[in-house]
Amino acid sequence: MVADILRSLLRRPAGLISATLLVLLYGMALFAPFLSPTTPSAQNLDRTYHPPTALVWQDGHLSVQLYQLVDPSTAAYQPLPERSVPLRWFSEGPSYKLFGLFPAHRHLFTVPDSHPIYLLGSDATGRDVFTRLLYGAGISLSIGLIGVFLTSLLGLTIGGLAGYLGGWPDSLAMRLTEFLMAVPGLYLLLALRAALSSRFPSDATFLLIVVILSALGWAGTARVVRGLVLSLRERPFILAANIIGQRPWTILFRHLLPNTFSYLIVAATLSVPGYILGEAALSFLGLGIQEPASSWGLMLGQAQDIKIFMLNFWWLLTPGAAIILTVIAFNLLGDALRDAVDPRFRLPGK
Amino acid sequence: MTAFIFRRLAALLPMLLAVTLLVFALMSLAPGDFLTPVKAQRDINPALIAELQKSFGLDRPWYEQYALWLGNVLHLDFGYSWTYKVPVAQLIAQRAPATILLSLTSLLLAWTLAIPLAVLAAARPGGWIDRLTSAAAYFALAIPEFFLALLAVWMAARTGWFPIGGLTSLDHDFLSPSSKFFDIAYHLILPTLVLGLGGVAGTLRVLRANVLDVLQSEYVTAARAKGLSEKVVLFRHVLRNALNPLLSTIGYAFAGLLSGSLLVENVMNYPGLGRLVYEAFIREDQFVVLGSVVVGCSLLIIGNLLSDLALAWSDPRVRYGR
Repeated sequence: MVADILRSLLRRPAGLISATLLVLLYGMALFAPFLSPTTPSAQNLDRTYHPPTALVWQDGHLSVQLYQLVDPSTAAYQPLPERSVPLRWFSEGPSYKLFGLFPAHRHLFTVPDSHPIYLLGSDATGRDVFTRLLYGAGISLSIGLIGVFLTSLLGLTIGGLAGYLGGWPDSLAMRLTEFLMAVPGLYLLLALRAALSSRFPSDATFLLIVVILSALGWAGTARVVRGLVLSLRERPFILAANIIGQRPWTILFRHLLPNTFSYLIVAATLSVPGYILGEAALSFLGLGIQEPASSWGLMLGQAQDIKIFMLNFWWLLTPGAAIILTVIAFNLLGDALRDAVDPRFRLPGK
Repeated sequence: MTAFIFRRLAALLPMLLAVTLLVFALMSLAPGDFLTPVKAQRDINPALIAELQKSFGLDRPWYEQYALWLGNVLHLDFGYSWTYKVPVAQLIAQRAPATILLSLTSLLLAWTLAIPLAVLAAARPGGWIDRLTSAAAYFALAIPEFFLALLAVWMAARTGWFPIGGLTSLDHDFLSPSSKFFDIAYHLILPTLVLGLGGVAGTLRVLRANVLDVLQSEYVTAARAKGLSEKVVLFRHVLRNALNPLLSTIGYAFAGLLSGSLLVENVMNYPGLGRLVYEAFIREDQFVVLGSVVVGCSLLIIGNLLSDLALAWSDPRVRYGR
């Protein structure tokens, strides 16, 4: 069934394009240390607010244009005419751990003699925006997936139990979801963040944010799963399972919940953007991912600096563009997935 | 109908109790309390601190504090803000209108733009209006509000066409009433556009689906058969029915606007509830946070109530009964 859905998904242009785009984005996030020429916290205080460096073709090599700082107070740089350094491919550079496991020191490209290369410019302390964007992708993109996984798990369990058990567990769960859906989300997010921050060490903010976002996000999923379970409960195959004496838990986890998966997978895909945007909003407000780590929201938050505003608008644009691109890709994929699964969504026995 | 309104307002109470209890518990988990910064200030009399500690029971466990706070609130005493040195009620009374104003203008923008566009798009599914608006809505829904706000501020700073932030000019107090009105309207343009864009897109998508749905019904065929012009059919017969589901979701749209305005207000330096609550969180100005949350949730529930009333007004099939 999975192969069917996948084939039908990839046959749709929207599905194919968005799937390719997401594979690319996640690939870039995974191989960020390899793809980036330097490390995200490598500073260069002589090269702050550097404009994006131009790439030129010189003597048969792709080379990076060299710049000269003209006026430090306005961060004005001028390209040095006829001066460029050829890029080195697959060369050695700062060491890193690929996937956090394998020590390595090869980079896709570096520049010899530590000449700066800023494909997207540099920030207030001369760090490479391109590198930080790639590293930030890892955090921003994985929060979406992990958050959605936790939420689906929570929503599935709570919604399934509520729908199957009925009675007071049902009303309790439903009042709770109504409550969560009726309160302005960001207000609660702030409150949770303030309360939980002392419980998590500062390098575990990533975990903290995922927990907060999932704790607020399961309500919608739980409500729909409950509705599905309620309608499935009366189907002949569940009645049959009841009659042959299967235990309630077996019926719930083996028969009822698996039948909600096709809905769940669509809903999960469509809710990934919510998590990416949620993390971005929190980090943007300075309550999410903390320096020296990087995330797209954090980078946008730092772009509020007036100097960047006037000098290096590039930096402002790229993380925002990355967020928009990712969100559109997930929405497209979700819509295509919904069509692929079935417009009226497939239930057994139909 | 009066009974209905009273019943709904009564439902507000348990909700507010639950929210404030939750926020209170969460904030008491956070390290420090709102007196921590006060104790560090030298010019405040220790006797005053002791008195405040006693009156708000800060030496007691949080649930007792909550009961005390609740008792104070019943006497309409929302506490005191340390950052602004004024009673919380006064602070919120200053800030809440700005947020309500912004939410209303955004909602207005969303509806005035989305309604005609959605009807026109649904009238010819797959036509150029439909494809254009669908693509634009797709894109608009993907832009984070704070990013849009940043772009707007950048644009305002670069061109000088619009004010960079705030709700009033420096000389606002000296203007004539009509200039005051235009001054505020001028400051509202950018925040409204930023906050309203997502609303336009969301409303457009929902309404388009509703209109398409209603167009299938038999009375539309009947209306066309008796020779009504397409304009009358679409905007008088179809639209009124297609709007109903939308009316009932205004409340949730309002929740989204409150959350969205928190971000937009912070980026655009807009003096509303969102910025107040954010700054109060950062400074652990506990009573300001609680007061704002109470007001925010009340606004939400009143918004829901109004949307139910609007629904009952527009759809005679809906009754106030249970």
